[in-house]
Amino acid sequence: MIAECGHYALVLALALALVQGVVPFIGARRNDAALMGVGEGTATGQLVFIGAAFAALSWAYVVSDFSVLNVIQNSHSSKPLIYKLTGVWGNHEGSMLLWVLILAVFGAAVAVFGRNLPPVLKADVLAVQGWIGAAFLIFILFASNPFVRVAPAPFEGQDLNPLLQDPGLAVHPPLLYLGYVGFSIAFAFAVAALIEGRIDAAWARWVRPWTLGAWIFLTLGIAMGSYWAYYELGWGGFWFWDPVENASLMPWLAGTALLHSALVMEKREALKVWTVLLAILTFSFSLLGTFLVRSGVLTSVHAFAVDPLRGSFILVILALFVGGSLTLYAARASSLRQGGLFAPISREGALVLNNLLLTTAAATVFVGTLYPLALEALTGGKISVGAPFFNATFGPLAMALLIAVPFGPLLAWKRGDLFWAAQRLWFAAGAALLGGAGTWLYERGGPALAPLGFALGLFVLVGAFAELVERTRLFRIPLGDSLRRARGLPRAQWGSAFAHAGLGITLMGIVAATSWSAEQIEALKPGGTIAVAGKELTLDSIGPRHAENYVDLAARFTIREGGTVVGHVESAKRTFAARQMTTTEAGLVSFGPSQLYVSLGDVQDDGSIAVRVQWKSWVLLIWGGALFMAFGGVLSLADRRLRVGAPKRARNAIPVPAE
Amino acid sequence: MRRIALTLMALLVAMPAFALDLGTPLKDPAAEARARALFSELRCMVCQNESIGESNAQLAADLRQLVRERIAAGESDDQIKEYLVARYGDFVLLKPPLEPRTLLLWGTPLLVLTLGALGAVLALRRRPIPATSTTSLTEAETAELDALIAEDER
Repeated sequence: MIAECGHYALVLALALALVQGVVPFIGARRNDAALMGVGEGTATGQLVFIGAAFAALSWAYVVSDFSVLNVIQNSHSSKPLIYKLTGVWGNHEGSMLLWVLILAVFGAAVAVFGRNLPPVLKADVLAVQGWIGAAFLIFILFASNPFVRVAPAPFEGQDLNPLLQDPGLAVHPPLLYLGYVGFSIAFAFAVAALIEGRIDAAWARWVRPWTLGAWIFLTLGIAMGSYWAYYELGWGGFWFWDPVENASLMPWLAGTALLHSALVMEKREALKVWTVLLAILTFSFSLLGTFLVRSGVLTSVHAFAVDPLRGSFILVILALFVGGSLTLYAARASSLRQGGLFAPISREGALVLNNLLLTTAAATVFVGTLYPLALEALTGGKISVGAPFFNATFGPLAMALLIAVPFGPLLAWKRGDLFWAAQRLWFAAGAALLGGAGTWLYERGGPALAPLGFALGLFVLVGAFAELVERTRLFRIPLGDSLRRARGLPRAQWGSAFAHAGLGITLMGIVAATSWSAEQIEALKPGGTIAVAGKELTLDSIGPRHAENYVDLAARFTIREGGTVVGHVESAKRTFAARQMTTTEAGLVSFGPSQLYVSLGDVQDDGSIAVRVQWKSWVLLIWGGALFMAFGGVLSLADRRLRVGAPKRARNAIPVPAE
Repeated sequence: MRRIALTLMALLVAMPAFALDLGTPLKDPAAEARARALFSELRCMVCQNESIGESNAQLAADLRQLVRERIAAGESDDQIKEYLVARYGDFVLLKPPLEPRTLLLWGTPLLVLTLGALGAVLALRRRPIPATSTTSLTEAETAELDALIAEDER
């Protein structure tokens, strides 16, 4: 009965979404406040009903209701409660439900928090949200219903894929979806602006917090996914240039570009047309990612053809929204043209360069991901586009961008002085060169370019704070005065410094982990020793350990450095009873930012076990940098100009959307 | 399809198994380093987007063995790749060669960058027509502005 209620709630949500797509839109055209106001009620109503449907599905999982097909296929009565809950979105149907739930959260947030928006803009934004919601609700109800029943109900479910039974899964997809779907708000604002044919700096200011919020979530989601892959997949890779990863990277690149171009628009009223296009493109990439991941088209063109209903459905949604919005753009963009003037060497110019490189990078990932599919579909030829291709194309673009990053914030609006900026960066460059040389001496060996890459990361890290040093006149006036100035700086400035520093940190981590890591593989018996990077690991014991729904084969090691014990580590192979699948539970020990990564292989005939020990140099910096970026985003979100309303000084401060 | 959807769901396609058994390394460290570098450029054809250096599949193990044997026999990297391409087609290369059908693939970054730069330069050079009218405010907004000014003056 509860499942049926959930199903019915979805139908009601669809009805509301359709109303929301039509009534406020008509109201906006007729300037009828009552009709426009309808959108607020339907948006919150949608949230209530989709929330109810989600709760119903979660309930079916919690009580292991095996009369629901989705629960049978993805749950097991012996599974720990947390994975019963996270299993709700660990499958196609449930994750689509999560998708629309998050869409509804954002829609309701606009309805509730967008009080200071002009009514016509707000009505249009909600209408566009309604269209997106309706499209995906129709998809769920007709092609991907999670509430389908089975009679007779089996006694036991088929369990969730063991790889997904991990705390990482609990947070990764929701974070990622908050990012993907969050960009729908920017999209809705862009389409609304095109419909109205009117766009200004205030528009950019309204869009900015939503975009920033989505960007923060996407950043965290991608980093989380990368770390999850690192420790769960068992061989310590952190980025694979896999199509599914690329699907999340594309909206991130476009979204990052959007954040920067919206800045130009907000401050200088320039790049309007471009910003609107980016807003459309960013969400289009999100939709494309959903299509790629959900349709099965990635495995091969043929897998798609076997079960084409869902894929074609999402493809139609994709075509409608991307095609529709781009057509609207082509028709109306010319009416938006207008903007401030600026010299090529200026803050605006730097942000244009940023956009140029980020967009090219996104296009490169886009073509690299889809080219094999297109080629196979058109000519039948099969090629592979893998990591070496992306390293060769994306790599140089990213490097060029990173070299430019520290310069941007030091250039003045309208007309900047590159020489002056370069002078301010001498210190950063010197620190980078020294640091690079130092690391090279310390790490020894590795590719010749590695110290340079590391130095570039340091340059970005130190250079990120050059603007703050300049603004606080640090070391030139008494420290106390500098501190007072620092406190007075807008938080957005701190935010951009932290986010840029995070980029540098991540780069340092990537360079170090790929260049200066070491590994050793040996078959060990208890008492045996394996050495890597100056650390000796002794296998103390090995044995089984039973848990609720799996059995571990766990090996315990003592780590010694020069004879003294510096730590212990446990590594395991985990066999899940229900699916008879084995996962590696790698043993990780951190030494500063570096990690020892211990994974187990097969037990050999003579009773020894294969052990792979990897030394991952500075590897934690990769995700540490992402945390810095996200923190910078949060700081920027807390900036006064976003907390205080744009059109009028709101007495009820506008809450940030993300919280 | 189901399993794929599941794994994709978590944003990554990879097998739970891992390439622990990389086979017997070559005695010469330089040759082994070359082998490792080659491993990461060759696709394990039965896997999803995995190189033979990452895959635990039997085919990957065989290919690793093959690469090592050919390196030991004194073949160059290109010769080994040519041999594998002759046997398996371009599909085996994770970095597709530059040829007519991959022209667009390799050309995209340069093309987008050039077009984008060109567009930016043109847009910069075009003097925008100064706004002559102030029709961008609606009547309601004008009224609101007037009210605000009046409030300020009070």
